[in-house]
Order: sequence, then C-alpha cells, then structure tokens
Amino acid sequence: MSEKKPALWLRIYTFFAYLFIYVPILVLIIFSFNSQKLNLHWQGFTLKWYDVMFHDQQILLATRNTLMIAFVSTLVATIIGTMAALAMQRYHFPFYNTSETLMYIPIVIPEVVMGISLLVFFVLIKFTLGLVTITLSHIAFNIPFVALVVRARLHGYDNAIDEAAMDLGANELTTFWRVTLPTIMPGVLSGAMLALTLSLDDYIITYFTAGPGSTTLPLRVYSMVRFVVTPEINALSTLWVLIVFVILVIGQVAQSRKA
Amino acid sequence: MTTVPINKTVKKFSLVRALRENRVAQGLFLIFPANLYLFLLIVLPLLLVTGLSFLSRGDYGQVLFIFNPANYARLFNALYGKIMLFSLAVGLGTTLLCLLIGYPMAYYLAHAPSRTRSLLLFLILLPFWTNFIIRIYAWMMILRSGGFLDSILQWAHLTTAPLGLLYSPTAVMIGMVYEFLPFMVLPLYTSLEKIENSLLEAGADLGAPPWKAFLRITLPLSVPGMIAGTILTFIPAMGMFVVSDLLGGAKTILIGNVIRNQFLTARDWPFGSAASMILMLLTMVFTLYYTRKAGFGEELLV
Repeated sequence: MSEKKPALWLRIYTFFAYLFIYVPILVLIIFSFNSQKLNLHWQGFTLKWYDVMFHDQQILLATRNTLMIAFVSTLVATIIGTMAALAMQRYHFPFYNTSETLMYIPIVIPEVVMGISLLVFFVLIKFTLGLVTITLSHIAFNIPFVALVVRARLHGYDNAIDEAAMDLGANELTTFWRVTLPTIMPGVLSGAMLALTLSLDDYIITYFTAGPGSTTLPLRVYSMVRFVVTPEINALSTLWVLIVFVILVIGQVAQSRKA
Repeated sequence: MTTVPINKTVKKFSLVRALRENRVAQGLFLIFPANLYLFLLIVLPLLLVTGLSFLSRGDYGQVLFIFNPANYARLFNALYGKIMLFSLAVGLGTTLLCLLIGYPMAYYLAHAPSRTRSLLLFLILLPFWTNFIIRIYAWMMILRSGGFLDSILQWAHLTTAPLGLLYSPTAVMIGMVYEFLPFMVLPLYTSLEKIENSLLEAGADLGAPPWKAFLRITLPLSVPGMIAGTILTFIPAMGMFVVSDLLGGAKTILIGNVIRNQFLTARDWPFGSAASMILMLLTMVFTLYYTRKAGFGEELLV
C-alpha cells in the first residue's frame, strides 16, 4: 500500500522472524552430513546417512505408500472439488446453504476429531484399515480445500465468454471443455497443488486411519523420532526439503513466465 | 430380455435432456458427488461419535449399548478439568503469540517493495511445504539437552549448564508458534495489503500522527485478517497432540492427547468420543462467536 520504506526496527524485526523460521531447517540440513551417530555435536562430514536411507526398505515402502495416497486422493478430490466449486459459484439449487455448510465442516473441526470419527466409521462398517481407508480420508479433507481455491478463481469469471461460445453453436458440454475448463485451469491446478501438499503433510488423520502395512513417510518419521535421533532422519528431511524446493521453484518460474 | 435395454435407454435419454436444459439439474449433478462424499465420510462419522459418546465401555474395551452420560461428567473432574483448562490456555496462548509475532511481519510484507514482497511470501511458505513431523523434529534437535541451542549459548558463554528445554511446556509453545505462524501471517497480510494508502494520507492531512493513524485506521481495517488468522490458528492448536507428544514428553498433556489415548491405548471409545464432542463444542463456540462479530471467508483464501 505504501511506497515509502518500512521503518528500520521493522526491517530488523522481520529479519529475526525469518531467522526463527529458517534456523531449524538449516540445522536439520547441516546435521544430515554429521558423521556422529548420536548427532549431538559436529564431528565430521559424511554422506553415509544418505546411503543408509536409500537402503532402508521401510523408508522406501513408506515413500511409495505416501506418493500413491497423495496422487490418488489429489486426483479424486480435484475432480469432485472442482465440480462442487462450479455448482456453488454458477448455479442455484435446492439445499444450497446446506451444501455450503457441509463444505466448511472439515475446515473448522479439529483434525483429531475428524481422525477418530473416521476410525469409528471404518471399524463400524468393518472396512479393513489400510491404504484404501487412508486415501478415502484424504479425499474427504481435500475436497473442501480444492473447492475453496477453485471458487476463488471462478469469482471473477466472465460468463459472457460461455454465452459467446453457445451463441456460436457450441453445446453446454463443448463449452465446458473448450472454454470454461481452460480458463479456470490455473485455479484447478493450484487447488490440486494444495491438495497434494495437504496429503503429503498429513500425519493426524493418516495416523487414525492407517492399518498394518500401510505406513506412510510421516508415520515412519514419527516412529523414528519418538525414541532415537539419528542423522538418517536428517538425511531424509533434507532430501524432502530439496525436492519440495525444486518443485516450488519450477512452479514459480513457470508462473512468472506466463504472466 | 429385450425390454431391459430399451427401458435403460429411455431413462438415460431423459436424464441427459434434463442435464442439457435444466440449470437446477445441472447444479445438482455438479454438487452431488461432493455432498454424498462429505455426508458419508464427515457427517455420518461425526454422528456416530456423537452417539458413541453416550454409551458405555465394556470390561474388554468393547462398546456396550447402555446409556451413560457419565462420560461427560468425568471430563469435568479434577484431572480432566485441569487438562482442559491447560489445553485452552495453550490454544489461546499460541494464538495470541502468533498474532503478536505475526502482525509486524505481515505489516512489513504489506509495505515491502512489490518485487521483494512475492519472494518474502514464498519464503514464509517454503518450510511449510515440507513435512509437519520433520519441522517438529528440527526443534527436537535444537532444544534437546546439549543440542544446538545449548551449544550456541555455551559457546557465547551465556550459560554453562544445559537448559534442558526439550520436554517442557516452553518447548511445546515454541513448537506450536512455529507450526501455526504462517496461518496467522498470511490472512493478516491479505487484509493489510488491501488498505488504501489514500486513507492514511487523509489521516495525516487531518493532523493524525503515524501512531494514531495506525491505531484508528490500519488496526481496525485489519480485523478481518486477525479473525481469519485466529480461527486458522486456534482450531488446529486446540486439537494438537503431536507437538505435545514430541516436544512436551509425558509432562504436557493436552485434550488432543487424551482423545488419542482413549482411542488407541486405553480403548475407552465412549469417553474419547465425549472428549471429542467437548473439544468440538469449544472450537465451534469460538468460531461462531468470531464469525458473528465479522464475517470471514475471503481472508481464508490465501
């Protein structure tokens, strides 16, 4: 809002706030190269923890599970969420307000409550806990977030371009595929991106809906850090941070190119 | 045999026609999957937990269909009452600290030159795209006895003995604030960024000193951001059990830990359900109170 530079104390304050955010990440990364197993003091540089990690069968399995859950739940939630966003933003139908309230519930209830209620539900209908129940639960908490993001995009949508397409003889379906969807695609993609992140990040709901053999990366890391601290976790975390960083930078660059 | 496919095609055609011509049918068709999904996997499970909270636990951890409102009474006894009050204090404390720490940051972001602004926003989000457990683990490394913080302090000759901050309420608060700070900063930034500069200029022209302009113009106009940030911080902070588990050790028990334990170790599902209902009630009352005071929505969309 203002063009004049913020006050000096504010700049110093913000610098320290960013330090607070980044020191933990930096400590994590630096100590992944520490040769001391206890990882308390710096002993010397090594890459052996990365080697250990790449040969850790449980971590590899957990990575595969995590990616599978994230991929499927993002795909399904993006489709259902985008449909819901279109409905909420462009149509009027019976029980409109009820539908809207329904979309807000997963956002405003504490995750632990959602986790235990899903556990109760799956146990009651005798659905074996595992990858399927985790994926179904991730879809449930992702739908409202996708819908929220896509709706925000639809907010400034000009209906005239749809009407123009139909005046030119396109039917509703063609108009949707050739005009509406390409226009709202950036919104759909950022919705999908959010769903993917939420799924990869989730610990609490996964914890309650997981069964034997369906360990995900967050669950694995949790059980590792619960009792022992080893540089292997640091190596895993560093790799994770690096991959996320590369994906985000590519995303940013692609976006700024388009603009 | 031959009539079946004909019936099917007739039915299909009328459905297609309805979808083509009727906008209400189109809207219902688009919203139906989300409604059905959320009803089955959110509403129904919550209703089951509500029912469960009034039942009894059998001797082997099974659920008995005997009406038992005592689950709720138990939550207000000395032990659990204390845990609930402590959770409320931690939830409110986290929210307040995030607001105090986050407000100047958001203010700075809103006033930074536009080129550095997008970079700074990106930098706030970046660590939070990594995993939640990983971020808490990073704090375990820093706070543990003889860990990074102790090493730094001893190197600077500020302390001689380890502080032993890990497994204390202080560690829990640090972890909570770290975890939820971006949820506060982003909505605050959104509402601060929208404030027109001309309003502040008008204030200055009318003789208001900068501090007064801030108190009378900027602060009131950023209330929607504060509300959205408070909701986004308070709700997850109230239900948190992972931070208290990893950074608080056995000493810090929150209502989230109680719920988790009832479901997975103590196997008293009715009591755990009652605790969940109370937790949900607390956060809902809070959310409703705040959204009544000023609507929220747009600020959530960052």
